[in-house]
Amino acid sequence: MFLVASGLSIIFGVTRIVNFAHGSFYMLGAYIGYTLVQAIGSTAIGFWAAVLIAAVAVGAIGVVMEILLLRRIYRAPELFQLIATFGVILVIQDVALWVWGSEDLVGPQAPGLKGATSILGKPIPEYDLALIAISPLVLVGLWALFKLTRWGTLVRAATQDRQMVAALGVNQRWLFTGVLFLGSALAGLGGAVQIPKGGADLLMDFNILAVAFVVVVVGGMGSIFGAFWAAVLFGILQTFGIQILPNSTLVLMFLVMAVVLIFRPWGLLGMPETLGQAHPGPPEQPLRPALPRVRALGGAVTALLLALPIGHLVFPELVGVFTLVLVIEIMVFVLFAAALHFIMGPGGMVSFGHAAYFGGGAYAAALLVKFADAPFELAFWSAPVGAALLAFLFGWFCVRLSGVYFAMLTLAFAQIAWAFVFQDMPGSVLKTFGIADEFGTPLKITGGDDGLNDIWPSGWASTRIAYYYIAVGLSVAALWIMRRFLYAPFGYTLRAGRDSPLRAAAIGIDLTRHRWLAFTLSGAFTGLAGALFLFSKGSVFPTTLEIARSFDALLMVLLGGVQSLFGPIVGAAALTWLNDLFSVLSYWRFLLGVTIIALVLLLPQGIVGFAGTRLGRRLQLARPEEITA
Amino acid sequence: MRSSKAFLTTTGAVAAIAAGVAFGSASAAAETIRIGDINSYTRLPAHTVPYRQGAILAIEEFNRSGGVLGRQLEFISHDDQGKPGEAVKVAERLFARDEVVLISGSLFSHVGLALTAYAKKSKRLYIAAEPLADALVWAQGNRYTFRLRPSTYMQAAMLAAEVAKVEKAKRWATIAPNYAYGKDAVAAFQRVLTELRPDVEFVGSQWPALFKIDAGAEVEALKRLEPDAIYNVTFGGDLAKFAREGKLRGLFEGRLMVGLLTGEPEYLDPLKDEAPEGWLVTGYPWYDIETPEHKVFVAAYQQRWDDYPRIGSVVGYNTMLAIKAMLERAGSTDTEKMVDAMEGLSFDAPTGPITFRAIDHQATMGAYVGWTALRDGKGVMVDWKYLDGVGYLPSDDEVRKLRGGQ
Repeated sequence: MFLVASGLSIIFGVTRIVNFAHGSFYMLGAYIGYTLVQAIGSTAIGFWAAVLIAAVAVGAIGVVMEILLLRRIYRAPELFQLIATFGVILVIQDVALWVWGSEDLVGPQAPGLKGATSILGKPIPEYDLALIAISPLVLVGLWALFKLTRWGTLVRAATQDRQMVAALGVNQRWLFTGVLFLGSALAGLGGAVQIPKGGADLLMDFNILAVAFVVVVVGGMGSIFGAFWAAVLFGILQTFGIQILPNSTLVLMFLVMAVVLIFRPWGLLGMPETLGQAHPGPPEQPLRPALPRVRALGGAVTALLLALPIGHLVFPELVGVFTLVLVIEIMVFVLFAAALHFIMGPGGMVSFGHAAYFGGGAYAAALLVKFADAPFELAFWSAPVGAALLAFLFGWFCVRLSGVYFAMLTLAFAQIAWAFVFQDMPGSVLKTFGIADEFGTPLKITGGDDGLNDIWPSGWASTRIAYYYIAVGLSVAALWIMRRFLYAPFGYTLRAGRDSPLRAAAIGIDLTRHRWLAFTLSGAFTGLAGALFLFSKGSVFPTTLEIARSFDALLMVLLGGVQSLFGPIVGAAALTWLNDLFSVLSYWRFLLGVTIIALVLLLPQGIVGFAGTRLGRRLQLARPEEITA
Repeated sequence: MRSSKAFLTTTGAVAAIAAGVAFGSASAAAETIRIGDINSYTRLPAHTVPYRQGAILAIEEFNRSGGVLGRQLEFISHDDQGKPGEAVKVAERLFARDEVVLISGSLFSHVGLALTAYAKKSKRLYIAAEPLADALVWAQGNRYTFRLRPSTYMQAAMLAAEVAKVEKAKRWATIAPNYAYGKDAVAAFQRVLTELRPDVEFVGSQWPALFKIDAGAEVEALKRLEPDAIYNVTFGGDLAKFAREGKLRGLFEGRLMVGLLTGEPEYLDPLKDEAPEGWLVTGYPWYDIETPEHKVFVAAYQQRWDDYPRIGSVVGYNTMLAIKAMLERAGSTDTEKMVDAMEGLSFDAPTGPITFRAIDHQATMGAYVGWTALRDGKGVMVDWKYLDGVGYLPSDDEVRKLRGGQ
């Protein structure tokens, strides 16, 4: 855990890249290590050599990713690299499936360390002792590297003030490449050394990713010692936690992270983010009213959407039922992405946990239908209200933080909300008061993993075409309202807070309150998307709140372009459509990943950034001064 | 590498089928009967790909012998990414765009439940193959949903009935993944065992997060409970870690170990020579089943895929057999007629005769219960027997109550 987290921490600290592919490197480390151990690992020397080679190989892959991909987009908007690494995740997933097959690989035990030693009368596996020894060794090694070598000094300097290092004439490129090698190799090492404890399987990447982020954040971004102590802390908590509260396994880490972030906003050993470390790209253009062409385009798309069901009735072969279904789904995600963008773009608050409000809204409506027998019309509107309340509550804690810490706290709350419905906590609580079914099993309230089923719109809205108009009408209306908010003084205030919190505060703006309000509004609109989703699918499951769903929305916003109000709309539509197009093919994840990477490289401002290119200008989609490419 | 090669061939075949559909003309649609398949092919390929291979084998056999109702069958397979919402979308696409007559498949319980709700709303036939959730045919059961594989309750009841015979096992502990399947599996086991043996005591439960087990700590926690017997529901990578740590730390010594699904090749084979020995498990000992029907199936499967069958393979094969028998009985692809034909449908499968009960649409397909052992450095099941599912279901009255008068 420490190894992986320290790698992530180093990469983030220096390059400010949120590297989602880190989990994939961990998985690759395990797979490559597995293959090598099979080949040469029958002796103790061979085994450890295999582990080291795997780490170096993964480090090399990290370098390839840096040179081919990340290096080209350092000047892109903040967090844009995140999508690129997301594309890498998808590609690595399918490559691993293709090379190593689908069966879980159970790692062989380490030669020479197969047995268990008795310590204080308890058998402890020898390999565990070896692991206990390795982590501090790596820690000391890293410490020596950073403190005693020139390279390490430069890396530390870059962590603290990148511009100054650049001004001193240090070639940042090679520095970054080196850092990525080190960080990736640590992930690979982490993956390889855990082989005798587990093995390699295709779900490892996402499983470790959240854990690694939590450890890094609790320890403090960029602090290796922080990561180490956080890993130790979680190891101890995990061990005692499952003995005292066996049910706490899912939520423990995230609860701890939330508490740590609330009381120590920069992690245990982290430092406050240096102010004024703006991203290196050109300053963002202010929001301006859309050009006539763009408005016309928006109007045309809306008209087309409204006319589509008529097309379906007149030409059923051309516009099938499924087209309507797909458009409904696209509209749901457009609304979701736009609501996220509402705080992310103009507000500068990147939420990693927005699925909490999407699923939270859906659950609010579903619970009302299930237990109060509420009619569709009432239940539907309870979703945005419920989601807004949830956002109101969580937002109070979150908006005090900024940057990555804000993102991680939203993630922590989303995970807590997820665990809440996943473990059906209301049911468990009722059971402690003696309310349970005849066999003593807890009542199903949120239904846990099995979710809440069979929730459909009432009669008049249940036909495809009626529901289509509900979805399209509400989404377009909500988008319009959000747009109005952003062009109102409220929106400008938010942007002021994003671009210069100090100056905004100096002219008397209560930033926290504005951000809190924006967060709540965004939650409400997200909840609306959740309600549309719920009633189009007829059931809701904890998967609507999980991390992957939050990341989907994030990806849509970033892919579309975070700087434009149309960005999330285009991004969500494109991604949902591409997903549908590719998912009928085998190895579709590989294709999707490659497409995402290609888009990132070609349009570093997001898809909407296209408008800023020369071609876009000629088509009068953007003003001359908005040219970026 | 053998399995990955076989996987490639399968995906190739399916891609070809899918491509054929995309460009196929409308007239071809009238001739073939299309069966829509939805499963988590990217999320859990180790389980779903054998399922698809078994299904494709059956479809190819039917088509070689002249098809069904004089028409060829077509198997259109799509990935649900392990997401319920996605599965519902895929179902709509299959019905609307590919004009399938019914949908079948799925492995995850939540995906299965989402499709159950969808089948009820859209009044289309859904034959759930592998999802285990009890709610699928009971609390959420409806006219349009049927399920083939023995449910969580049935398999847990089989194990409970077997271990009730072991006198000395009085103090029980359980370990199960922390989600609905784990909870249901523990609840069903506790319920049936307590009914059969009022003297047993459940001293504690461990709930590791699915696929994130901290095996060392869990093993220590179980040891501290000092149980006579342990009921295990963990599977996949969790099981591997649990089995290894448990052996190293001496957890299994002198204790009766019981494992739900542990004997299925999907879970047992990756453990290789570290497979636990002497556990009572449900599973699929394909290597030792000597009935002629099953031997034919294994030979055909190995010839077609150059791989041995898993539990998923035989479930996929049986599902298609059920669909064929149903179509012949209905004589039509009209949904209402197909549903009527499914109720009470009996057919012969490699694993023995199976009936879809009219009362709750659960099939009586059983499971193999036996003891794990090591043979040639591999985990196998020995002293096993096939238990027909019909004996391990609650009474009809209770089923009616669970189904809420549907």
